[in-house]
Amino acid sequence: MIGVPLAQGGLKIQEPGGSDACAAANDFCPSWIAENIDRYWTPLLEHVYLTVVPVTIGFAISLALAIIAHRRRWLTGPIITVTGIFFAIPSVAAFFLLQPLTGLGYNTAMVALVSYTLLIIFRSITLGLRNVPVDTRDAALGQGLTSRQVLWSVELPMAFPEIIAGLRIATSTTVGLAALAVFAGAGGLGTEILLDKRFKSNVATAGGLAILLAAALDLLLLAVQRLGTPWQRARA
Amino acid sequence: MISTNRRILAALAAMCFAVGLAACGEDESDSGGAGSDAPAATEKTIERDDANASKGTITVGSKNFTEQFILGEIYAQTLEAQGFKVQRRLNLGSEQVAYKALRGGEISMYPEYTGTALTSFFDIKTTDVPKDADEAYEQAKKEYAKNKITALERTPFQNTYVIASTKDTAENAGSPKTASALFEKNANLSISGFPECRQRQDCLLGLRSLYGYKGKFVSSDGKFSDLDDDEADLTLAFGTDPKLALTDKYTAYEDDKKLFPPYHITLGVRDDVVEKIGPKAIETLETVQKGMTETAMRELNRRVELDKQPAKEAAAAYLKEEGFVQ
Amino acid sequence: MSVALAVLGDFGEAIEFIFKERESVSGGVQIGGIPELSAFGATHMKVSIIAIVIAAVAAIPLALWLGHIGRGDFLATATSNVGRAVPSLALLAFFISFIGLGETNVIVVLALLAVPPLITTTYVGVRQVDRDAVDAARGQGLTGMEIVRKVELPLALPSIFGGLRTAAVIVVATATIAPLANVRTLGEPIITPQTYGFVGQLGAAIVVAVITLAVDFLFARLQRAVTPAGLKLAEPAARRRFSFPTKRSLKAT
Repeated sequence: MIGVPLAQGGLKIQEPGGSDACAAANDFCPSWIAENIDRYWTPLLEHVYLTVVPVTIGFAISLALAIIAHRRRWLTGPIITVTGIFFAIPSVAAFFLLQPLTGLGYNTAMVALVSYTLLIIFRSITLGLRNVPVDTRDAALGQGLTSRQVLWSVELPMAFPEIIAGLRIATSTTVGLAALAVFAGAGGLGTEILLDKRFKSNVATAGGLAILLAAALDLLLLAVQRLGTPWQRARA
Repeated sequence: MISTNRRILAALAAMCFAVGLAACGEDESDSGGAGSDAPAATEKTIERDDANASKGTITVGSKNFTEQFILGEIYAQTLEAQGFKVQRRLNLGSEQVAYKALRGGEISMYPEYTGTALTSFFDIKTTDVPKDADEAYEQAKKEYAKNKITALERTPFQNTYVIASTKDTAENAGSPKTASALFEKNANLSISGFPECRQRQDCLLGLRSLYGYKGKFVSSDGKFSDLDDDEADLTLAFGTDPKLALTDKYTAYEDDKKLFPPYHITLGVRDDVVEKIGPKAIETLETVQKGMTETAMRELNRRVELDKQPAKEAAAAYLKEEGFVQ
Repeated sequence: MSVALAVLGDFGEAIEFIFKERESVSGGVQIGGIPELSAFGATHMKVSIIAIVIAAVAAIPLALWLGHIGRGDFLATATSNVGRAVPSLALLAFFISFIGLGETNVIVVLALLAVPPLITTTYVGVRQVDRDAVDAARGQGLTGMEIVRKVELPLALPSIFGGLRTAAVIVVATATIAPLANVRTLGEPIITPQTYGFVGQLGAAIVVAVITLAVDFLFARLQRAVTPAGLKLAEPAARRRFSFPTKRSLKAT
């Protein structure tokens, strides 16, 4: 048993008092989780950062691309092909392929995560814009609005539901991928998982927090959608 | 784009706030450890020198696992007891990150294993690492000196790899005491080890060539979990793993053919910091190491890993119970 | 300028690692080269293919039926949302505790990750089959099962293959972290940098990327091949018919 006495005295070998038997036996331990929840705080914040920022940047880029492709329809195909290639490259591979260029750290993770959102968001914005009935567009033009005004005050607002839908998909996907950002030298909940991947409570907590984060962001976007489309609310 | 920047700033601010909270967390907690009958002020007690406070802030770093946190805290608290202003940057990351921080001056010192330094920083092939503890230390010290870093005296304990199994496996094998004896009759038991081990001469490859090991290798970080879950018959544990103290559950085997290189701790201190803190401080740092035996480190690791005590408390208890601090 | 050379330098070395053996960073072993990478690649594809087949067999018939009877809106959207958000790393680590190390665990995890896109696209594919075609078939006296097999399945095939494409990419990509469970796929050099070095990690990353892109391309072609000519022409019109409310319609494109 524990209790081998030291020859020179000094450090006392204690009896395993407050030893967390549950943790030692690697069971699923709610008490351990409750006690240690604060060590997940920073990784969780990092994970939020690694999700929200790429989706935001990806949205900005995709919006720009979609607007350009809206005018020049022939660009849609090539853009989908290129963003499709970004989408197909596995995140872990991308995290390494970028390192010679962007080094080890958040930059690499950001670039890779942004590139994954592009296909999803671009396709949803484009779909939304294409779903605007031609008649509506013509009516607006007939009333004297310029093309640009029609885009920003008619077409994009009408595409709002599809855009939000795309953002929701992009967000959940990014939450899942951000767990792998540890391979890029960034933080996030993936670091906690790797620190102790055999300890069930640790893995369950880190993974569970990621899922909760995705759910929270999803609900947030859903709320934004409800607020932004009052006419759909009326339709029950 | 402004909203994007704002969001980034807000997220960054939130992150910094949280990290700052975590870092400043327990400054004000008292350093009282568990031991109540620590000896009164003896010649071992660390002397405080108020002049040290004006010598600037010393940054103590460490790598990213339990033993490193404990060691970092012990050295940090030793300096604090002498009156130095100390900043901690524990949990830096792997040895590459820590060494880079040391060379770059971001930290003043951090504890490294002699074997790791030789193979990871100084490009010594694993088969060329001296098996003798002092030889390995001397070589590391020389290489460190070329990089303007002073390697303090090595610790008594080393944290090298230990082949371990459950007690049942040991009994079925006839209760051998050494690895040679174990593999003589049972060369086919499976062994689990960290992924790198599979292709290292000072690990699996050495086991095969030196000990005639023929069993299956399981790449896993599980260590004792692998034994408990029946993923492997044997595992490569760390010498100071607290579970090794559970001798009614697990058995360790002696590395009689000296396959594994020495992994003693040496505190690497930048030369300019050595000058700054002075020889008395260096001597004190080396003195507090004298109690760091394998048994002591196992106990400290146990308190932190299994009893879930914070490393800071465990370090404080060490210093107190060894009589270095009141 | 030097940055550009350095970049090429790393990639150049990584490509050399793929084709030629070299000594490991820690010394004493030969690593890299086509034979070793082929062995990793074979394991990689083996677990991927098995997982995709299992997921397809489990998910597609179920989703076909649900789509046929029209119940399963909630299931389709819920599984796709949760499925996307689950970090593969967490799932793999989680199952190590329950199933243990080894190929079984990896295949289970990969199959679980492949199921959500398959359910969603199959379900949506069936739901979007022209109701007139289904009614006509019913009018001709076809039973439920026959309708599924002869009408809904063929018309939903492009959508299903879209889902297979997504699932295949997810599975092949995730198989990269299988070495954490003692299965030596192409991710092995990535998690053992002491042996393979950054050059090895980069080389493996290149191979993984190329293989995944090839899989994506293959399934894209397959999807095109199963799309009846009529549907292909009608695509722009079909798209216009996609009216919101949900992201399900997006998954079908």
